[in-house]
Amino acid sequence: METKNGVDTPGRAPIAQPHLRTDNWRKAPLWTFIGLTAFVVYATIRVFTQSAYFVEGANFHYLSPFASPCLSDSCGAAAEFGTWGTFPQLIPLAILTLPFILLFRLTCYYYRKAYYRAFWMSPAACAVPEPRAKYSGETRFPLIMQNAHRYFFFIVVGVSAINTFDAVKSFHGTEGFGLGLGNIIIVVNVILLWSYTLGCHSCRHITAGRINHFSKHPVRYWLYQKASKLNGKHMQLAWITLGTLVLTDAYIALISLHPNFDLRFIG
Amino acid sequence: MSHQAEFKVWRGDSDGGDLKDYTVEVNDGEVLLDVIHRLQATQAPDLGVRWNCKAGKCGSCSAEVNGKPSLMCMTRMNTFDPNETVSVTPLRAFPVIRDLVTDVSFNYEKARQIPAFSPPEGVGPGEYRMQQVDVERSQEFRKCIECFLCQDVCHVVRDHDDNKQAFAGPRFLIRAAELDMHPLDSRTDRAVFARDEQGIGLCNITKCCTEVCPEHIKITDNAIIPMKERVVDKKYDPLVWLGSKIGIRHD
Ligand code: SF4
Ligand code: SF4
Ligand code: FES
Ligand code: FES
Repeated sequence: METKNGVDTPGRAPIAQPHLRTDNWRKAPLWTFIGLTAFVVYATIRVFTQSAYFVEGANFHYLSPFASPCLSDSCGAAAEFGTWGTFPQLIPLAILTLPFILLFRLTCYYYRKAYYRAFWMSPAACAVPEPRAKYSGETRFPLIMQNAHRYFFFIVVGVSAINTFDAVKSFHGTEGFGLGLGNIIIVVNVILLWSYTLGCHSCRHITAGRINHFSKHPVRYWLYQKASKLNGKHMQLAWITLGTLVLTDAYIALISLHPNFDLRFIG
Repeated sequence: MSHQAEFKVWRGDSDGGDLKDYTVEVNDGEVLLDVIHRLQATQAPDLGVRWNCKAGKCGSCSAEVNGKPSLMCMTRMNTFDPNETVSVTPLRAFPVIRDLVTDVSFNYEKARQIPAFSPPEGVGPGEYRMQQVDVERSQEFRKCIECFLCQDVCHVVRDHDDNKQAFAGPRFLIRAAELDMHPLDSRTDRAVFARDEQGIGLCNITKCCTEVCPEHIKITDNAIIPMKERVVDKKYDPLVWLGSKIGIRHD
């Protein structure tokens, strides 16, 4: 006979229903599931098809964050950091950075909560029993690797610097400076990416979270307070940046197919 | 204004019990504990219920209301639809004693395992001096009223009784953080203790503890995650280890 566990453990109040929640607790995990799945599907298609990721005009130079840094010979003017030969189809142009961006988000404390709840139902909602009988949390491989999050944080700070470089470059086309809607979208995306990245819990820890005497480290404490402030919005930024990444990429795809559609303010 | 409302209140003990239907009067401005008291006074004089302050400060009246761990004295009746049937059960992560009263001794055992606050050598009581900014983080965790709602909702033990040995629960992980972050605590092994004895690795930061805490302590963001980062320093990060070996990093 199966031994009873969880809320049915002998000694606990014997109640027939596994839970008595009456609110719509399925809604949040369902939306999380839909949102994350939609992003992964979109990003996978865009990253592996190597198409419509770059457009250059007289006064603009738009490179999608999904293809930066562009490292294939096929990148042409989009290659800003040298190239490593011609990438075959299905090899992402930004092969150097994308795996780390993925690992950074995958090990992010917020996304962990989101996918443990929505994909693994561990738990799907509070006080709703999880479906599996055994549970070892983050104590074993592979989940123990979540502890490497800070390394991905450091790498992604570098990636954010590359995105910033792209944003600056986006204003300069073959003939000179310009300003279009594309620039605004790209710059907003980069600012939000920084806000997400610097609000990371590992960043909080590194700035001053790990020390016990803030008063002896005023500069670090100041940085910690800024990181903590961003950290308070970390969940929102995690979602908003998925949105702005898609928006930026989709806009650049659109302009690369129809360069005249870009709303121009200067040049 | 008052109205009659429907309740399902769990009655019984560890041998058996049931959700019993009751119709009880509810007046404007009342909280659930008022209604439970009226039920006790009018229809169920033997109803077992723990309470003390009626002000959300003693942590005695913890129960599960419509399946959510809550303080009965802080659950306002006007948050329910007047036609709704409200269910009230004892906490479902701990052994039941009778009706709404559970045996929470698991929590006291976990509390006793934590090494006490340990001021630096030679600093006696009355000689503690510290800066407000340094002690602020620990003070957030001092707001805890030990209602154990977080301990009750945490799926690590709620859904897996076999983890009770290995896992101390969120309330005691904030205690660990409170002491480890304290400017005058001289122990340096609290993060290792949190990993090896309190089972912090079992927490998957899904934040139900934060959701139910009546003191709004940011249990996950301000205590458990920072402690997990400190555990990484001590146990998983080879660069931190190297840094402290060659003397460029001091804790
Ligand atoms: S965040 Fe961790 S400690 Fe809090 S309820 Fe979830 S698993 Fe338990
Ligand atoms: S941390 Fe909050 S929920 Fe947990 S015992 Fe303390 S007051 Fe209650
Ligand atoms: S990026 Fe989310 S916690 Fe580090
Ligand atoms: S009676 Fe004290 S917290 Fe509810």
